[in-house]
Amino acid sequence: MNIALLTSEIAVLVLGLLIIIFDVLIPRQETHRSLGYIAACGVLAILVHSMTQYGAAATVYQGLFVVDNLALFFKQLFLAATFLTLLFSVEYVEKWIQNSGEFYALLLFALLGMMVMASANDLITMFIGMELMAIVFYALVGFELRSKKSSEAGMKYLMLGAASSAIMLYGMSWVYGFTGSLVLSQIAVKATASPAMLLGMGLMLAGLCFKLSIVPFHMWAPDVYEGAPTPITAMLAMGSKAAAFAVLIRVFLIAFSDLQEYWATIVSLLAAASMIVGIVVAIWQTNIKRMLAYSSIAQAGYILSGLLAGNVAGVKGMLFYAVLYMFATAGAFAVSTAVKNHNGSDEIEGFSGLAQKSPLLAVVMTISLLSMAGLPPMAGFVGKLYLFTAIADKGYLWLVILGFVMSMISVYYYMLVVKTMYSKARDQQEFVVRGSLQVVAVISLLASLFIGIYPGPLAKLANFAAQALW
Amino acid sequence: MFSQYALHHAWLIPLLPVIAFIIVGLFLRRIPVLSAAVSVCMSLLSFVLALGVGYGVIDQLITVDNPLIQRMPWLVIPGLTIDMGVYIDPLSAVMLIVVTLVSLMVQIYSIGYMRGDAGFGRFFAYLSLFSATMLGLVIAVNFVQLYVFWELVGLCSYLLIGYYFHKVSAREAAKKAFITTRIGDFGLLIGIVLLQILFGTLDFQHLGVSVPAYVAQQGTGLLTVVALLIFLGPIGKSGQFPLHVWLPDAMEGPTPVSALIHAATMVVAGVYLVARAFFLFSVLPNAMEVIAWIGAFTACFAASIAFTQRDIKRILAYSTISQLGYMMLALGVGSVTASMFHLTTHAFFKALMFLAAGAVLHGLPDKNDIFAMGGLRHKMPVTFAAMTIGVLAISGIPPFAGFFSKDEILLAASQVSMPLYVIAVLTSFMTAFYMTRLLVVVFCGPEKPDNHPHEAPVSMRIPLVVLGILAIIGGYIPYAYHFGDWVRFGPALHMGLNWTIAGTSTVLSVAAMALAWFIYGSGKATSDKLARRFSALYNLSYHKYYIDELYLWLNHTFVDGFGKLLYWIEIYVIEGIVNGLAHLSLQLGDWLRRKQTGNMQRYGYIMFGAALLIVAGLLLLNPLFKGVLCGGGY
Repeated sequence: MNIALLTSEIAVLVLGLLIIIFDVLIPRQETHRSLGYIAACGVLAILVHSMTQYGAAATVYQGLFVVDNLALFFKQLFLAATFLTLLFSVEYVEKWIQNSGEFYALLLFALLGMMVMASANDLITMFIGMELMAIVFYALVGFELRSKKSSEAGMKYLMLGAASSAIMLYGMSWVYGFTGSLVLSQIAVKATASPAMLLGMGLMLAGLCFKLSIVPFHMWAPDVYEGAPTPITAMLAMGSKAAAFAVLIRVFLIAFSDLQEYWATIVSLLAAASMIVGIVVAIWQTNIKRMLAYSSIAQAGYILSGLLAGNVAGVKGMLFYAVLYMFATAGAFAVSTAVKNHNGSDEIEGFSGLAQKSPLLAVVMTISLLSMAGLPPMAGFVGKLYLFTAIADKGYLWLVILGFVMSMISVYYYMLVVKTMYSKARDQQEFVVRGSLQVVAVISLLASLFIGIYPGPLAKLANFAAQALW
Repeated sequence: MFSQYALHHAWLIPLLPVIAFIIVGLFLRRIPVLSAAVSVCMSLLSFVLALGVGYGVIDQLITVDNPLIQRMPWLVIPGLTIDMGVYIDPLSAVMLIVVTLVSLMVQIYSIGYMRGDAGFGRFFAYLSLFSATMLGLVIAVNFVQLYVFWELVGLCSYLLIGYYFHKVSAREAAKKAFITTRIGDFGLLIGIVLLQILFGTLDFQHLGVSVPAYVAQQGTGLLTVVALLIFLGPIGKSGQFPLHVWLPDAMEGPTPVSALIHAATMVVAGVYLVARAFFLFSVLPNAMEVIAWIGAFTACFAASIAFTQRDIKRILAYSTISQLGYMMLALGVGSVTASMFHLTTHAFFKALMFLAAGAVLHGLPDKNDIFAMGGLRHKMPVTFAAMTIGVLAISGIPPFAGFFSKDEILLAASQVSMPLYVIAVLTSFMTAFYMTRLLVVVFCGPEKPDNHPHEAPVSMRIPLVVLGILAIIGGYIPYAYHFGDWVRFGPALHMGLNWTIAGTSTVLSVAAMALAWFIYGSGKATSDKLARRFSALYNLSYHKYYIDELYLWLNHTFVDGFGKLLYWIEIYVIEGIVNGLAHLSLQLGDWLRRKQTGNMQRYGYIMFGAALLIVAGLLLLNPLFKGVLCGGGY
């Protein structure tokens, strides 16, 4: 067994433990701000180190844990998302969270869970990774102890999450019962379209859709996104969702690839429902986090549609979109964090006059939202183009047209936020933004524009990663 | 060494102004000194690199048939790969040098000209953006890259014409320029799409191979249509008849902008496009004939309008249109060499004249009418000298730059078609006449008592001197370095001087200048008499052949009528659908959000219910729906 393949995971675990130790060592009256920066630096170092691992295709623990380009691509996405989140949340944590050391450590453990999910090659490993991530998030969502909303959100997430895990486990047990195996490639060999197998597959799809907040398993998302501390909301949107997609891609394109004609109909309907519901309900939201929650439901629908292609082009589109969505989300949540730090509220009204107070943040928010809406020359446009061409080739024209219409409608509510930002300020208070948050804002801005204008390198990388499956 | 570096880093040439644009646009808008410094420095670096490229092209024996091309994939989707890259050959090297040089001069000039303007930083940001996009256009490796930058220079032109956006006329002129050129660009776009359909590639090098083969096999019929559609773009951008109407109005922009964009660089993009795509046009005799005749007609037509205009910048604008017509004529008769040569010298002397006109306007604010000026040579000696050099150069008096390039065009025309040659000579005569008129009326004669002119500041005089020197010797340098051999396309078209043609045109130009002096300068005030005598012709020319009025009428009658029909469709059909969709979305959203009650048990019901539905769907409905939703994809 080659332990070297596990370096990233081990490093994240060690980093998390170190943060706990440091937290104890630093005297109580001192500020714990440095912990956030230590964690961010550590994550960045691991991210840089992971660059060296491309090209490997090996398994650890008798094939339960696979390290290939696809896994690596997702791990880097999680690492980058965590890095950006840590950077922009330092001030937020200082202001609204009491036990900052534990907060950072838990965030790293959630990251570890996601990384395990990306590499999971059998159902148990997958489930362990998913529960590691989920349980940490149950705690983190309710971490803002002074806020009732946060506690309520944590409670809801725990209950519904547990229920969804139950559904998923039940589905897994049917699959195991039918095929006698938990390893994905072996399931693929024995899978046939028998009722027991379809039952198991359907329940697993339902469980995963909960994590992806696909309609109609999305009901938790707006409430939880709204109540959770903003950095955690961002991680739920960027990381947890992408991790669930990593699992979904492996399970449905390896284990259930022969059953594609069965799940494709359902998946296309789920994707369509997510696009529609996510977008039309977002129009009505007055709270930025709720709005972004519905937006993330719709975006999940877009990414999910790539699965229908069932080939390299489709997975490439999903990976590409996940990355650009990560950057756009990081930008949007960084700005939301800054606004919340400024006036203590998440209401969209609170954004009024942002363009005067901080032109940079207003531009970042605008670009991020328009990237989600898919307007050229932002990254979202290219991402949608890749996804749509992939599924149009498979004959899902109706879904492409629906996606187009829905993204046109989505421009409306994204632009409502933009309009608010460029309207007159309500107060004349000085707007102070921490440097690290500005760094995140600028990174996301540059990434959204760069990927949109020159998509070549990322598309190539995504293609490279997608080929690991075939 | 340096030329090697420059050749392989030519992508830096457009990138440096982009950096200037970003820095100035984002951070330095409110700091005039720094914004000018950054822009000028970046321009200078680009210019140095462009010189390195020029030297490298000679040194490495890069020719039109043997270009240096760097490509990188920009957009890859199955079945279509679009590259961005750098195309270095003598043609683009000349353009790089001309554009960076004039851009540098104009930026230095603007330091003085725009001093104290509230939008100083914004102005420099736009200028840098323009340089960047123009240079990106020049190094384009395929039609897509060219088209992207083609539209971007149009955008910059729009922004800079409307720079004084508080003036209604400037706003209107900006819109007019943008919309008029868009008409041509639409043709260009269709042409490009047709090329992609016909050949499956838009890369210049690949097309250069496949077009002749296609013509040999399929004939020229369809390709001529494609070429003429593409030529619509240059008609709009280079102000050829009948889309020339925007260029005179574009003079609403600040004068340095007129010099840079509407005289030396952007308007020649059309000429450059035809030269770049010459592999296409040169195999289509009918298309070439159209280009030659449109060019010749535009040259003559615009010159006849310039005869009677009174606004100093408008005279120069019509002269620009006329000279662009010359370049098109040269292309149409098959001489890329003559065309590019004239493009280069024209950039020098026309930029010089515009900058001199800017100096005049700077000295006499709020006066545009040349008859309100007069006698400026005493107070503005440098400007006077600059304008004189410019006039001599454009009139084709030896040994100034215009003489050589114009002679080459006349020679090329005379070898192809006598009527074209006669039109070109006639235009040359008229050019000498109206340019001398401008010079005499503005600078000679008695001073007007209520004018208090002053010479321009140093930063404005330096570019005048540099461009003045280039306008004098600009015709020699290419001769010394075998310009003809250098920028040739296909068989060598280098000609040298033909003394008959050179002699005729020089004598005619001198005669025209003498005539202009007699009418306007000798103090006998014969011009008014002439105008009254030929009042019909005078009015026709003064009102620009009523083309603007004609377009306005056409607009009102046909476009507005059609617009009313479309408006009806818009209101009752399109808006009905769109509003219906919007209304539906709102209602649906409202209904759905009410389901989001926050009640967790309810969420649980829906979740379990949905899971059951999925399973039921898989087990029961799938046999029915299998393959329906994917349109038979499996």
